[in-house]
Amino acid sequence: MEKKLRQIAIYGKGGIGKSTTTQNTVAGLAYLGKKVMIVGCDPKADSTRLILHAKAQNTVMDLVREKGTVEDLELEDVLKVGYGDVKCVESGGPEPGVGCAGRGVITAINFLEEEGAYTEDLDFVFYDVLGDVVCGGFAMPIREGKAEEIYIVCSGEMMAMYAANNIAKGILKYASSGKVRLAGLICNARKTDKEYELIDALAKKLGTQMIHFVPRDNQVQRAELRRMTVIEYSPEHPQAQEYRTLAEKILNNKMLVVPTPLEMEELEDLLMEFGIMEAEDEAVVGKAETAA
Amino acid sequence: MSEKIRKVDGITKESTQAMIDEALAAYPEKGRKKRAPHLAPNDQSSGKSCVKSNKKTVPGVMSARGCAYAGAKGVVWGPIRDMVHVSHGPVGCGWYSWGTRRNLMSGINGVTQFGMMFTSDFQEKDIVYGGDKKLKTLLEEAKGLFPLAKGISVLSECPVGLIGDDINSVAKQSAKELDLPIIPCNCEGFRGVSQSLGHHISNDTIRDYIIETREFSEPETPYDIALIGDYNIGGDVWSAKALLEEIGLNVKSVWTGDGEMEKIAATHKVKLNLIHCYRSMNYMCKVMEEKYGIPWLEFNFFGPTKIRESLRAIGARFDVTIQEKVEQVIAKYDPIMQAIIDEYRPRLDGKKVMLLVGGLRPRHTIGAYEDLGMECIGSGYEFAHTDDYDRTAPEMPEATVVYDDPSEYELEQFVDRLKPDLIGSGIKEKYVFQKMGIPFRQMHSWDYSGPYHGYQGFSVFARDVDMAVNSPTWKLVQSPY
Repeated sequence: MEKKLRQIAIYGKGGIGKSTTTQNTVAGLAYLGKKVMIVGCDPKADSTRLILHAKAQNTVMDLVREKGTVEDLELEDVLKVGYGDVKCVESGGPEPGVGCAGRGVITAINFLEEEGAYTEDLDFVFYDVLGDVVCGGFAMPIREGKAEEIYIVCSGEMMAMYAANNIAKGILKYASSGKVRLAGLICNARKTDKEYELIDALAKKLGTQMIHFVPRDNQVQRAELRRMTVIEYSPEHPQAQEYRTLAEKILNNKMLVVPTPLEMEELEDLLMEFGIMEAEDEAVVGKAETAA
Repeated sequence: MSEKIRKVDGITKESTQAMIDEALAAYPEKGRKKRAPHLAPNDQSSGKSCVKSNKKTVPGVMSARGCAYAGAKGVVWGPIRDMVHVSHGPVGCGWYSWGTRRNLMSGINGVTQFGMMFTSDFQEKDIVYGGDKKLKTLLEEAKGLFPLAKGISVLSECPVGLIGDDINSVAKQSAKELDLPIIPCNCEGFRGVSQSLGHHISNDTIRDYIIETREFSEPETPYDIALIGDYNIGGDVWSAKALLEEIGLNVKSVWTGDGEMEKIAATHKVKLNLIHCYRSMNYMCKVMEEKYGIPWLEFNFFGPTKIRESLRAIGARFDVTIQEKVEQVIAKYDPIMQAIIDEYRPRLDGKKVMLLVGGLRPRHTIGAYEDLGMECIGSGYEFAHTDDYDRTAPEMPEATVVYDDPSEYELEQFVDRLKPDLIGSGIKEKYVFQKMGIPFRQMHSWDYSGPYHGYQGFSVFARDVDMAVNSPTWKLVQSPY
């Protein structure tokens, strides 16, 4: 059977746990014998540390800065291999407030393509992307010929759900002109009220599925302190099993949809239905406490 | 190497190196260390490059280089006459690259050629909201206004790459909707160290979007060739093409001076690719060799000596009918060329020239100067690579100075020491040296003249060089040295 490379992009609100979830899931896929490459698309460059046991790997843009031009770079300078033969690359980029981080992502992905990083033996490429798709550069991973499958990491917190809905809007734009599809929500639980039901309902409204509910467990943090994934640190731990399950679900996932993002009111109705938000009383809007 | 070692009076390896060292002495240590490998005396017999090249320009020294966009718009894509070429981004890049290279076009403006200025004219809002929609509208309008255009190239300026617009996706969609080849070229100016990367990127887009998409309408013959890397500066293509046809070859397509998209697209069917500017189009020659088994041959149409050698080398790739025609053509033009030499050589004999041009002429024009009795005592390129300097070594006299991407300061120093009778370079150098009281010709654009290619071109070249060197003006100018 002909092997087809699956390219997957992971999006989600900043701080939601995209990098942790991505690396643990990738470790799960590697555990299942799959060949995977992670491309970190975030100037913070923390998308590969658990796989490489490294503080921060040399990024493409670090080396461009050092050598002057991207043409002088070699693939082996930036591509490192870690746990389970997972290949790791970080695009890197400037510190906050200067330069153009989006261009860093474009430069890095162009470089990987030109230098032949997308080898035939790969089963998966994962793009771990900065929380907000603030400019065209951060949409690079979902351009034509790149990732066609997107997972959104979210939780039962209101802002995480807003972000998920906004990302679905972005996917809709790209889906109408290309092959990009929403493949599911990954709930990285924060132990909020009715979290499972809420994300499950949101997923259905978006036309997709909650592919997995990853429970909160401090074992993840214990592994992270050792710069390891749970799967490598404690393969027998129940949390490792959760990530393996998620990996397996992704491996077998066939549900790729053009999302149906919610209008703001619909989303607020959903939150009210689950008691996350109270109905607004228009009579009190804009009134200071003393005036009441 | 059978080539005779040529020497210039008073120039030795030691004298040239001393001159280089003296120029470098003015730099701070870091700059000196970076620039030193780019300057060296020529080693004629080695046939090897003596300098480092294709590196980032040292900050703080002026460079004559252009950018990747310039390489794509000005050199490779822009000269194709029956396409609309869109400068995608703010207005300046498109405006200042409009026709300035003097790549002439035949045909009727707006009907069979589109040598006009098309730009998406980015404003603040296009940067903030992205320019994809504007590009889509522009493509529709271009097709509506110029329905006879055979295709559209979209040439990215810097901001397009920065905001991450996906011109490839827009081009693909619009090409389908408009039923027209639309070629996205990601040639943002900040990519690479010079215009050279723009040539490479453009060659890649020809490979990806154009070649093999059309067939020639006439039946194939054994004499079908393509003329590659001639941009019709001042009409060069018309002179070169006529000469190749005179020796019995069918010039099926020209890349890209006065070029036609559909003929370029059918070039995979020719029998031989003849390449003039190796630097800007070797990439596609190699692709066509690998993919379609088409051999390629470098040639030189500057000056009768090189033309003669080239015609015979071209003839050797074909049968005896072509070879006989080559000899007839050479016999026909030799006396005409001799008459030109007889007229100008007495006034130019022994005069010295220094060159700084793009990626080909610093070596290819040397023979033409030598036909007029002149000597080349220094040469260098803006954006050449090692393989160009390898090809330069045998063309230049022994121990003469070779300079890669030189700064204005270095050139001035060398000129001050060597006191040439003529400098051939570009507009950025022109007035500096004319103010020093030295005759100058612009060798990018042929200084509003041309053609310089072929037999026809040599008569123009000889006249222009004489006109520059022997102008009575220079007697009225007090040279500062």
